[in-house]
Amino acid sequence: MTLKIAVVSAGLSDPSSTRLLADRLADESVRLLTERGHEVVLDVIELRPLAHALADFMLTGFATGDLEEALASVSRADALIAVTPVFTASYSGLFKMFFDAVDNDALEGTPVLVAATAGTARHSLVLEHALRPLFAYLKAVVVPTAVFAASEDFGSTAGGALDTRVRKAANQLVALLGAGQPTRATRPVKVTIDNPEDTPDFASMLAAVSR
Amino acid sequence: MQFGIFTVGDVTTDPTTGHTPTEHERIKATVAIAKKAEEVGLDVFATGEHHNPPFVAPANPTVLLANIAAQTERIVLSTSTTLITTNDPVRIAEDYGYLQHLAEGRVDLMMGRGNTGPVYPWFGKDIRDGIPLAVENYALLHKLWREESVDWEGKRRTPLQGFTSSPRPLDGVAPFVWHGSIRSPEIAEQAAYYGDGYFHNHIFWPSSHAAKMVRFYRQRFEHYGHGTADQAIVGLGGQVFMRKNSQDAINEFRPYFDRAPVYGHGPSLEDFMQQTPLLVGSPQQVIEQTLGFREYVGDYQRQLWLLDHAGLPLKTVLEQLDILGEEVVPVLRKEFAALKPAHVPDAPTHESLVAAAGGPRESTTVHAADDVTGKSPEEVSA
Repeated sequence: MTLKIAVVSAGLSDPSSTRLLADRLADESVRLLTERGHEVVLDVIELRPLAHALADFMLTGFATGDLEEALASVSRADALIAVTPVFTASYSGLFKMFFDAVDNDALEGTPVLVAATAGTARHSLVLEHALRPLFAYLKAVVVPTAVFAASEDFGSTAGGALDTRVRKAANQLVALLGAGQPTRATRPVKVTIDNPEDTPDFASMLAAVSR
Repeated sequence: MQFGIFTVGDVTTDPTTGHTPTEHERIKATVAIAKKAEEVGLDVFATGEHHNPPFVAPANPTVLLANIAAQTERIVLSTSTTLITTNDPVRIAEDYGYLQHLAEGRVDLMMGRGNTGPVYPWFGKDIRDGIPLAVENYALLHKLWREESVDWEGKRRTPLQGFTSSPRPLDGVAPFVWHGSIRSPEIAEQAAYYGDGYFHNHIFWPSSHAAKMVRFYRQRFEHYGHGTADQAIVGLGGQVFMRKNSQDAINEFRPYFDRAPVYGHGPSLEDFMQQTPLLVGSPQQVIEQTLGFREYVGDYQRQLWLLDHAGLPLKTVLEQLDILGEEVVPVLRKEFAALKPAHVPDAPTHESLVAAAGGPRESTTVHAADDVTGKSPEEVSA
């Protein structure tokens, strides 16, 4: 079975430790899924090139070009890996703007692995007090292990602490995928211009408003 | 094919002069624009309905339209839109019914839901209820214009018993109704169910939205047996700014674009022209672009343009109308007429609807109730 994993990285520099962490999580997830006989399609979405498009989206209400594709990719993904740097005690503004642009029900039931990077481990609870509630609101299934990497984690392999967390989190993500729950198929259908054929027949709309 | 303009009546500071028109100036300018639209040979003038600043589009468009009706001879007066959600359908039936008489039938209207959350509670409604309100209120309005004595019980207003909306529609024929919606297929479904027109505002959004909505409306129009899909009644908006030389148009419009309500401070003019149907350029470019709309919505019946917003001065708007009337619309009329197959109808007018109904009907109301007791004659005599 082919599985699609979207990876969103809000890192700003190049190379970016946020992107490095995203890649490690993605690689481990792909490795585990491949072992289980799945084919995996990975779509890595860097938010930096979408920054202007996101600001435009806030003002116009519609997405175009690469942003439109990125949003579609996230909506279609079987799983999501979302990684942000910590800015001022929370996810970055760019990270939030992207998830503000994602449809409210696009991630319903989607397994999500959250991760963050910062200069110091003192920010690590950002994952629990900011990212987890964000994805809970979007009704995504966030894996229990959230992965935080401070500068010191990249500088030292002592005890393999980061590696262990990456493996643990990827395993949990893969386990959710392995359950093979047809989450997308069982969602209630929201009628949009992309699926107008799901519009209820007018007689039933009329019946619903009359006594 | 009908050609016209639609306005939302925004009071916006002219970014090039810093001048902000007073509400009075804006209201009088709107009347001047409507009169000019008739003078240059356009077919339709439509006004929005808003209850929140910076819009002075009338809280009740029938007041503005009645005033314009008294000063014009030929142009069809319409709305863009009439709020079917927050208005009492009884008032819509009576106000527009009255307007229809004053304007000798030169009236149709477009139903819209309104997208400003805070406005709904001012009228005791809730925006989350938008679609059910549109469905229920229009069902009642439709009945009020077609039945002399209406019994009604819905979920969103007090019941009616033996109610007659007055005045009765002119010649016994209700004004034609369009339903406008950018991206709610439920509204296209509603328009199709009644065999009414469907209008896509086709501004500020990618044209793919209009294409998808119109396609669905056409399919459902055929499904409900009103004709073939290509006979459905479709209207489109559009936004243009023209000068003889396209670079002059761009230079002149850019400061207005950059600070406009809705999309200002966002994408560049060039990006927005690529992403949406906005056209800033020469009259010839407008002609080519407008003919191109037909390729993704099919043969359609009404084209309205937004000309007077973002703080453009009245003088400029009147110049734009001259260009439309002299250089753009005559060519489009000819080209569209040549392209339209014979079985595709024109937009209904009062005359065509009266003819289709087999001629005018006497429409004087016969009061069902005793004026003193409020009871029906049957009850009184019993």
